[in-house]
Amino acid sequence: MTTLVAAPDRPRGRRRRSGEGGFSGPLFVSGYVILLLAFGVLPTLYAVYLAFTNVRGQFTGINQFTRVFQDFRFGPAFVNIVAYLVIWLVLIVVLTVAVAVVLRGRMPARLSTTLRFLYYIPGALAGVASILVWLFMLDPSVSPVNWLLKALGFGTFAQVLAPGHLSLIFALIAFWTGAGGWIVVMYGALDNISTEVLEAARIDGAGPWRTAIHIQIPMIRKWIVYMAILAFAAGTQLFVEPQLLQTASLGRVSPTWSPNQLAYVYAFQRGDFNGAAAISLVLLVLGLIVAGLLVTRSGLFKVDEQ
Amino acid sequence: MTRRAVTFLVVGLVLALLLVFFVLPALWLLLAPTKTASELVSDSPLAFGSFGNVVRAWQHLTGFENGVLFTWLRNSAVYSIGALILTLVTSIPAGYALALTKFRGRKLLLTVTLIVMIMPSAALVLPIFLELNLAGLVGTVWSIILPFSFYPFGVYLVYIYFATSLPRDLLSAARLDGATEWQIFARVGLPLAKPVVGLVAFFSFVGNWNNFFLPYLVLPGSDQFPIQVGLNQLLSSTPSFNPVAGAGLDITSPELALAVIIAILPVLVLFLFSQRTLVSGMLAGSTKE
Repeated sequence: MTTLVAAPDRPRGRRRRSGEGGFSGPLFVSGYVILLLAFGVLPTLYAVYLAFTNVRGQFTGINQFTRVFQDFRFGPAFVNIVAYLVIWLVLIVVLTVAVAVVLRGRMPARLSTTLRFLYYIPGALAGVASILVWLFMLDPSVSPVNWLLKALGFGTFAQVLAPGHLSLIFALIAFWTGAGGWIVVMYGALDNISTEVLEAARIDGAGPWRTAIHIQIPMIRKWIVYMAILAFAAGTQLFVEPQLLQTASLGRVSPTWSPNQLAYVYAFQRGDFNGAAAISLVLLVLGLIVAGLLVTRSGLFKVDEQ
Repeated sequence: MTRRAVTFLVVGLVLALLLVFFVLPALWLLLAPTKTASELVSDSPLAFGSFGNVVRAWQHLTGFENGVLFTWLRNSAVYSIGALILTLVTSIPAGYALALTKFRGRKLLLTVTLIVMIMPSAALVLPIFLELNLAGLVGTVWSIILPFSFYPFGVYLVYIYFATSLPRDLLSAARLDGATEWQIFARVGLPLAKPVVGLVAFFSFVGNWNNFFLPYLVLPGSDQFPIQVGLNQLLSSTPSFNPVAGAGLDITSPELALAVIIAILPVLVLFLFSQRTLVSGMLAGSTKE
């Protein structure tokens, strides 16, 4: 992943003078480095080791991978997660940016502040809490929008939780908790664009729509990419949501709906840690490839700016 | 003129729909404990029940397994705050050193940090579990606090903040004055870092408070659960969702809703008080392109 480094180390000569911090640098990072090794680097290496060996520690090449690929639950779990990721990413990128642009446009400041705050509140209900709330929202017997559920043809909880709906449901829940915070961030990023630029655009005859497309959105591109990366990374990890829904729906939802759940079943119900590691590694590589693409295409992270 | 009116209407409608989407579930949640389980079904969804029902739900909830709810909340506090302290102690100096000192391996460390940051961390939970198992830590407080306190995102935030907002010349001047590196960090760096410290603390605390996967795997007993895993346990004891296991227990939908409100209270309070600070801190690192 050397591509992440923006500029290759130019030969600077020997510049290790004591004037740049001496030994304090290594000392200051030591605590973090220990944690990084223990909970970042070592687990990754351990996962790689497990994925390429068997229970007796013998090297097995890609056998573990072909074995989990052939599992009848593997394909569906990945289809589920990809469907979820597509809906979730489109929702979060399109809607948060659009809403932020509107809120930053010609609108009473008080109204804009209030809306941003109200949109932001569900962010406090991340994780288990959000699933529990949405269990009720999706249960036609208690839901405040049961008329809507019924109009859509869902009379019972079981009908709402039909397998084909789950990707959309999880994307909605994730959007409900996550979008508000990102709207606030995007709004802040838009706020940083200098008024002169916007004024110039207006003088040139650009309406709000063209200003947004040609000036505002390109100028906050880095934030959009940043959001997409974090949303993608979080999305591939989906575990709590389907796991809880599985508990709450009396097994109507598959216990291996997401790849992470499948890895969990491998590890803790079958004691097959090698297979579990292989699934984890597939997720990890997938996440890194997408993030790497986004990063290199957008020049988001500049490791060193000098 | 009419086209403008149409645009105005459409935009207004979308904003209003989003408002309902974001607020309605939260509003329903707040009202749910004021009703009994049967009133939840029969009454209008946004009707207010009575405070007596809230008290009754509270009694049922605190009576669940002899008040295990309080144990869960205390556990969550211990895990989140313990990890928060370790995160701050390790990530603030690390981000500072990465931004403002030079040492061998600095670039490598930055690159690894970026990679780990964008890695889906849940993929590492299983190997971390095995590692903790090898170290004999599974089931102890440390099996949660130590992995929680590893927070590369925090290091990166601090790094960006110092790299963009603290001029190197200021440090050189301090060095010429004969200050030690520690003094420079403590007297020049730290006071300037207040916004980013708040930011890291907020994200770390909220993330840890809401974390489910690792404690769910690592902790064997109910009395060690953080509140998030506790909620899962409550859910499986609720007859509304689990008629077999939940039969005969007092934990029904209103109790569950009340438990959710209690569980999110600390995070909600943080949210309400920190919105403004958060955004300014978040964008502090980005203003300089």
